[in-house]
Amino acid sequence: MFAWDLLANAIVAGLLLGGVYAAVSLGVSVIFGLLDIANIAQPAFLILGAYAAYVMYSTFGLDPILAGVLFTPVFYLVGAGVYRVYYGSFERRGEESLRGLVFFFGILFIIEVSLSIKFGVDYRVAQPGYVGKSIELGGIGIAYRLLVPCLVGLAMTLALYLFLARTFYGRAIMAVSQDRLALRLMGANPVKIKTVAFGIGIAAASLAGALLITITPVIPSTDRDYIGRMFAITVLGGMGSIGGTLVAAIILGIAESLMSTFFGPSWAQAVSFGVLLAALAIRPAGLFGR
Amino acid sequence: MRGTGRTFLVGLGVVVAGVLLASLRVNPYLYFAGYVILQYIVIATAWNILGGYAGYVNFGTPAFFAMGAYTAVYLIQSMRAPLPVLILGGGLVSALLGLGIGYLTLRLRGVFFSIATLALSIVLQTMIINWEYVGGSRGLSVIRPSSPPFGNYVTFLFTVMVLLAVIAVTAARFIERSWVGRGLAALRDNEEAAECMGVPTLRLKLFATTVSGFLLGVAGAPFPYYVTFVEPNSAFNLDYAVNALAMPMIGGTTSWVGPVIGAVLLGSAQQLATVTISSEMNLFIVGVVLVAFVVLAPEGILGLVRRLRSR
Repeated sequence: MFAWDLLANAIVAGLLLGGVYAAVSLGVSVIFGLLDIANIAQPAFLILGAYAAYVMYSTFGLDPILAGVLFTPVFYLVGAGVYRVYYGSFERRGEESLRGLVFFFGILFIIEVSLSIKFGVDYRVAQPGYVGKSIELGGIGIAYRLLVPCLVGLAMTLALYLFLARTFYGRAIMAVSQDRLALRLMGANPVKIKTVAFGIGIAAASLAGALLITITPVIPSTDRDYIGRMFAITVLGGMGSIGGTLVAAIILGIAESLMSTFFGPSWAQAVSFGVLLAALAIRPAGLFGR
Repeated sequence: MRGTGRTFLVGLGVVVAGVLLASLRVNPYLYFAGYVILQYIVIATAWNILGGYAGYVNFGTPAFFAMGAYTAVYLIQSMRAPLPVLILGGGLVSALLGLGIGYLTLRLRGVFFSIATLALSIVLQTMIINWEYVGGSRGLSVIRPSSPPFGNYVTFLFTVMVLLAVIAVTAARFIERSWVGRGLAALRDNEEAAECMGVPTLRLKLFATTVSGFLLGVAGAPFPYYVTFVEPNSAFNLDYAVNALAMPMIGGTTSWVGPVIGAVLLGSAQQLATVTISSEMNLFIVGVVLVAFVVLAPEGILGLVRRLRSR
């Protein structure tokens, strides 16, 4: 007999996971999707954010998600700084493609190795008070451990969507992705706007890291697992479409959840990369491509 | 033909020197370290044929290396095949994989190609983890053959790697100086323009990915006998991806000498750092050196030398 309750639980867990994955991928959607900068180091900033939240949680007992919010200005500045170096060394000279990619790969590696020198390779997890509680809806358990990060992730997605659609800077970021020259002619400085956008992307990744460490244990090399997820979601979602990112994140969350329920967790990892390869090969513009 | 003859003599000289070194039997650790550095010469050279000449950045080096290693494991498990068969078999399987990613370049350029290669590496690792015959996630002990043709097994493997490094570097040098190398350089600079000028870009790219894959597989095939215990995390290690691109970047990507310089410098530095500091510190150094070089000296050491000379 087919285990329907197992299936229902897996789908709900996948939905909740999808909310977190959306948060995880927002930064890539902005930086890679809109700015067209191949920031491979994005997952490293995610894990860095996770460890920042973990340190605040374990030393001061601060709620990890609150700590993540408090850290966003710091990561915004880090992101802005990284973009300035990138711009000065590569983009201005028109050498961004190959060497820029290598630059970010190097940064990814430096962050990962620094974290494993500082914290070792033990799994770390933050467990605030609500972890372990859950609500029951018709035989399906919804754990607060997943629900709270999912809701925060959805709030982040909505906030970013409104920011891009309604504010001056948001619209300028959308514009810089479409026509840099036209933006310059309108009197806006594309470099400044890209700096802001890059900072926001990194800050979003750090906050998503705080969500991550409340739902799953993290080690420094966890960033590798998220390279595939982030880029799969961004490509599938249509490169820079925030709504598309959310839909793609939920699809991936459910697919992974089903895979690990019915085939075992060791296959879940291949789902995101499989989706990515398929999306790249069949429809590179994604589900909601422009 | 004089140039080819001289190259052959130089190559032969290096191999003979390797054999002599192996017969010296100094501290056995030196052969261990030397093997790793030579292996990186092969890997960096192979990566550079695609990354440096054709401009396609491959992040999936671990996939090709591990395919070579796991093909060898399979051949050892099923028929205890001799080392030359392992090397050839590993090379061929990785060459096929290379041909596959070559067709990917039809649709994917630049960043997308790089991410796809990284994805490929993870997918293959997951498959190996779930394949019990070659050890699965727990790994597998490999027993070396009882008697190597000469010396002990480590010095023998060292000599084999010298030979493979010479073959790889010779192949890269040959490609660079032939019309294939010029065609690859043309498509690196502007693929559309090259295509319009009648450069057979697809055939050249397929050639580059296949040769690059073959050499990476060849580098991985003796790996099981070298470590005697193969598990997915060590065979698919991301360190190979970082080193494979850091070494040519540091040496200089436009010439066959670049990857060799990079591999020798960075490889030796890593071996030293592993012994004197810690293995994590050596990876940290690789990352910092890589970023420093792409930001400050984008042409690598060869570029620096050229700039000094032209002054």
